[in-house]
Amino acid sequence: MDYAGVVGLEILYMIAFLALTSAGLAIVFGMMRVINLAHGEFVMLGGYTTIACHNAGVNVYFAMLVVAPVVVGIVGLVVERTIIRFLYGRMIDTMLATWGLSLLLIGLVTLIFGSTAVSIPAPISGYRFGEYQMGGYNLFIILVTAALVVATWAVLKFTRAGLIARGAMQGAEVVSSLGYDPRKVYMVTFTAGAALSGLAGGVLAPLTGLLPSSGGAYIAKAFITVITGGAAVISGTLSSAVIFGTVNQLVSFAVHPVIGEIAMLALAIVLLRLMPKGITGRFFRDST
Amino acid sequence: MTAWQSGGRIRWGWFLLATAILLLLPLVADTHTPTVLLIWALFALSLGMMWGYAGLLSFGHSAYFGLGAYTYAVAVINMGESTAPLLLAMMVPAIAAAVIGAMMFYGRISDVYMGVITLVVTLILFNFMSATAGDAYVIGNARLGGFNGIPGFQTLNVPGYPEISLFGLPTYYVCAVALLLCYLVCRWILARSFGRVLVGIRENEARCELMGYNVSAYKTAIFAVSAAMAGLAGCLFANWAEIVTPRMFSLGQAAEVLIWVIVGGLGTLIGPILGAIALGFVKLLLGEQTVIDNSLVLGALLIIVVLGIPRGVVPTLQRAWASIGRQSHQRHSKAGTARRRLGASPGEHE
Repeated sequence: MDYAGVVGLEILYMIAFLALTSAGLAIVFGMMRVINLAHGEFVMLGGYTTIACHNAGVNVYFAMLVVAPVVVGIVGLVVERTIIRFLYGRMIDTMLATWGLSLLLIGLVTLIFGSTAVSIPAPISGYRFGEYQMGGYNLFIILVTAALVVATWAVLKFTRAGLIARGAMQGAEVVSSLGYDPRKVYMVTFTAGAALSGLAGGVLAPLTGLLPSSGGAYIAKAFITVITGGAAVISGTLSSAVIFGTVNQLVSFAVHPVIGEIAMLALAIVLLRLMPKGITGRFFRDST
Repeated sequence: MTAWQSGGRIRWGWFLLATAILLLLPLVADTHTPTVLLIWALFALSLGMMWGYAGLLSFGHSAYFGLGAYTYAVAVINMGESTAPLLLAMMVPAIAAAVIGAMMFYGRISDVYMGVITLVVTLILFNFMSATAGDAYVIGNARLGGFNGIPGFQTLNVPGYPEISLFGLPTYYVCAVALLLCYLVCRWILARSFGRVLVGIRENEARCELMGYNVSAYKTAIFAVSAAMAGLAGCLFANWAEIVTPRMFSLGQAAEVLIWVIVGGLGTLIGPILGAIALGFVKLLLGEQTVIDNSLVLGALLIIVVLGIPRGVVPTLQRAWASIGRQSHQRHSKAGTARRRLGASPGEHE
């Protein structure tokens, strides 16, 4: 019984992890049809920002929930202005340029922080679950992710900015003919996506040690979650996070963590082959 | 359509010059570094062939490079003679690519999703090979060895004579011959109707399909051919490095070859080759110091090329050269016009 509870919690954590790390990528892909291959590095930058702030004596929650999103958001703004905006509508070129950006950021971080792993201790201690010792911080991540999903949904559904964003998603020309500059919408969207990635990196920093190449660990999972989910930001990301999180953890517990990861990636290929437009392209077409 | 857009023809003069340079290079330089540069050039050629001419971009071409290397290592440890392993190192990646390609192309998956799937395939191989430490993962006599890879297998030998193994200078010549042969194979493919249909698919896939060509079959075929060449490069790399590791499947390796190709130039064969040799050399130089990271340079270069010269260096230079040629022709003689009409204008062909 306890064991089932542990597995359940781990599955929940994995779903939260996938949703959290893909949120920034999902918003940018869903609204702009831009695939940002430097997404993993944005997450990594959020982590480094948090750790640097923590070492400078800043409260760790303030660092991860405020400083990291702001810093990475600014990075995103600069990237959009200098690179992305020249490449709208050229999907493959955007993928290539952001892959270059990813390598560039890895090189820069290596230059500044060196290539040794850095980490900070988890600010929440573990607890006992029946006869198992669990990490308390995992629960915090699940809560943050849930709050983030609800907040994003509320912003998209109930605010004027959200309305414009959803409009731009469905028909950029209509939005622009109504007097909203799509370039401005895109700029804000990309910045918001980068800020979300920074938040994810900050929140995850205490859990995993960080290396300049850590982004690679996030990008693949975020990538398949978003692409398999399809264009609808929230329902798509959530549904594929649930599928992949469950498969990954069940196979991990049954066989081996590496096999779990491989099962998830293989499933992604099969799903993409069956549903090239993603889950939401097929099932929940009218959702956000 | 201008010549650089279609296949272009082989220039035997340049080809013989390149052959002579490759032949005589060992007289003036140590062959250790040139060997690996030729291997990388072959790897880049394999991707440049399918990306530049058929318009198919594999984001994870390192999968077939690594598969070739692992196939060779495992096979040669079990067989002890290198001829069959060398062939297997081309066949296994080709079959893998044919299966994956058929799945993608007959499923009519668009280029972006093709990017995702090829990337995920190489990640699966990377994750799997990194996790194969221990006694459970053994193929015949070969231990897969997890993250440390497979060291100490037998290098290539003279076919039929396992005791005469090749290393050093002979390996260099094997790599040079492999590169020249693969170049000729690519040229041959491009000169045939198969190659012309590929270029047609790149230019307008719907039209090719309406003309009755089985587009999916053509795409799958060129993917397999390209993977076989990448596998050959991987096999030669395994011989040069005398070890195979999961890093051959890594995202870094996949990004590197893509950058070599796009910097060198799409839609040419010489561009990827020169790109790989030049950037490979820079990588080796940067490896000797610790201040500037190689990925920093490669990343910046990729951004600059995508934004500034999306055609790549070689085609851009060719066009510049061609327009200079045209201007000077017009200035100096009216005969230039006639000569151009006969297809003799410089730089239009590779």
